[in-house]
Amino acid sequence: MQHLGFSHKKIKIGSFDFTCCEGCQLQLANHESTLPAFLELLDIRNFREISSDRYDDYDIALVEGSISREDEIERLKTIRKNAKVLVAYGSCACFGGVNSLKNNFPLDETVREVYGDHSVDTMPVQRISNIVKVDVSIPGCPVSKEEVERIIVSIATGSMINLPKYPVCVECKQRLNTCLFDLGEICLGPITRAGCDAVCTTGKTVCLGCRGPAEDINFQSFMQLVADKKLSLGDLDEKLRFYNCFEAFRNDKN
Amino acid sequence: MKNFDFITASKLSEMTKINCDIDVHHLTRVEGHGNIHITIRQGKLINATWAVVETPRFFEVMVKGMSAERVPFLTSRICGICSISHALASIRALERAMDIVPPPPAEKLRLLAMHGETLQSHALHLFFLAIPDFVNSPNVLPLIKSNPDIVQSGLRLKETGNAISALATGRFTHPVSLVLGGVSKSPGKKELVTLRKQLESVLPDLDTTLDFCKTLSIPNFIRETEFVSLCNGSTYPFIGGDLVSTDGVRKQENDYLAMTNEYQEDFTTSKFAKLSRDSFAAGALARLNNNYKLLHPKAKEAAEAFGLEPVNHNPFMNNVAQLVECYHLVHDAISMIDALLDTSLEQLSTAWAPKSGAATGAVEAPRGVLYHHMEVDEKGKVIRGDCIIPTTQNNANIHLDLSALVRQALEEGKTDKEIQLLCEMVVRSYDPCISCSVH
Repeated sequence: MQHLGFSHKKIKIGSFDFTCCEGCQLQLANHESTLPAFLELLDIRNFREISSDRYDDYDIALVEGSISREDEIERLKTIRKNAKVLVAYGSCACFGGVNSLKNNFPLDETVREVYGDHSVDTMPVQRISNIVKVDVSIPGCPVSKEEVERIIVSIATGSMINLPKYPVCVECKQRLNTCLFDLGEICLGPITRAGCDAVCTTGKTVCLGCRGPAEDINFQSFMQLVADKKLSLGDLDEKLRFYNCFEAFRNDKN
Repeated sequence: MKNFDFITASKLSEMTKINCDIDVHHLTRVEGHGNIHITIRQGKLINATWAVVETPRFFEVMVKGMSAERVPFLTSRICGICSISHALASIRALERAMDIVPPPPAEKLRLLAMHGETLQSHALHLFFLAIPDFVNSPNVLPLIKSNPDIVQSGLRLKETGNAISALATGRFTHPVSLVLGGVSKSPGKKELVTLRKQLESVLPDLDTTLDFCKTLSIPNFIRETEFVSLCNGSTYPFIGGDLVSTDGVRKQENDYLAMTNEYQEDFTTSKFAKLSRDSFAAGALARLNNNYKLLHPKAKEAAEAFGLEPVNHNPFMNNVAQLVECYHLVHDAISMIDALLDTSLEQLSTAWAPKSGAATGAVEAPRGVLYHHMEVDEKGKVIRGDCIIPTTQNNANIHLDLSALVRQALEEGKTDKEIQLLCEMVVRSYDPCISCSVH
């Protein structure tokens, strides 16, 4: 099999989902015009959402979702054993994601509110790296198909895998958008890892940080910016906790 | 997990006496995790269950205390396939609760966004999830080689659905620009013209798909049931309207609880629902059964090609109803773009101030009527949220279909393998969105 001048075998791949919306694996079926060519690269061994064939000999396991029930832990450990490379994809797998908002409420009250007296198995939401070793993380809510495709090909060809180190602000400026701070809103673009092509801020809605912190961010200076603009700290906190990926900074701040 | 009691040939003429346990753990080619269990003893059905085993996420608790403007960005994450429907259900509930009226062109753009989502969702379901069963294939991949024209048509329809959503909302999964008060960013008219061309280019793909689907054999299975959908009397419904059923029930949007009557069963993590009977169905077939007259003429022609007319009680025809809706969506999206091109898109949102209130937002998600109910305080923070999902409403109907379908299959002398396939196919016909249903 030839790809970009490299020859390699078809990539044996499995895609697995835990507590999530399945929006990330759905991205794999997007970019329809190049989809048949991308599928040519892959030997899909296990992908419940699209295929009834299921095998356990995959080289790459793509894991979507966070962990929120006891049985998910064992299933995840088995996948880890079977896979040569385990990729956490999506903000739920990488950070716990929006599901983690549940952890702000007492667990028993949460269950009672939704299910009454009916007992339901659930536990506090965890990112998958709390349970197993993760080799590659691809953040995003949802992930971008281009990035996943590039990283899968990189794994297959043994190339380096790098996520952008700089913040979303850089991409946003490249798209010539008006800064949302200038429109009176708190945007997490200055502290969030780029790679999304500033899709939210280009649609004139604030960045909520789904790709997690950029490298070497100056959080203090970011806080100063919010203070200088006299913006709401309550609003800032609601944004910082949305995907559960700025917890270290939130805790420092307090 | 299958056991057979082989019986003597002399008894074969009397009945197909089989003992068999069908246990489909994590049904494939559906969104989310559900199991089918069938127990047959001496050729008689003992038990058939549809059990959802998805992990609950508790979105109704997560929204508590959240600022109203953030809520659609959270609730869209209930589902990766119908995120636009969830965002719009929350937006509609919150706007009605706080008396916010978005500008008319914003309403049009939202409806266009819904068309995009429904088109991509139906195309994904028909080509990737449903059709493989009808051609004895474990997935769509062999069809890429055996029926490249069909697969390409399916991919183009799905891509066009995504292109609509991307232009109308900024992205195709988890919308960016659907906000309280309207739409945060307008699409360019040049882009709308390009999209219109793309829509026209897929009209032949609809016919290719229809011709192919007419060659498939659709199981002949009828179980009379009640169909629930929105109805506004003037257009085929997608956003808001009265709640109606084929048994003659009609209620206002805010009365959604009287339409759903959720209850809990021990064997499943998703709730069940009922109305006039033990169960009811929502989705494309329900919409069509309640609103047939409002379909685009080309969509009606497509329905006629399959002999599909209201009220149709064959759940397998939900697949056909989705194809009929694809005709409606593509033609209607073209007309909507024409209307948008004649409208100023300068003012797409209205300023609003928080106030206390409570209301329901009902939309027709691809898989059926979806309700979000939101209560907010005077600062615009959510006090209480409730979401009732189409698949939740369909679960009891799926569950009861399984028993009736297995009984019919046993009478027809079907083998256990055939029975298992039929059971899987009937569940897939509902296009269940299981993560959604356990939100």
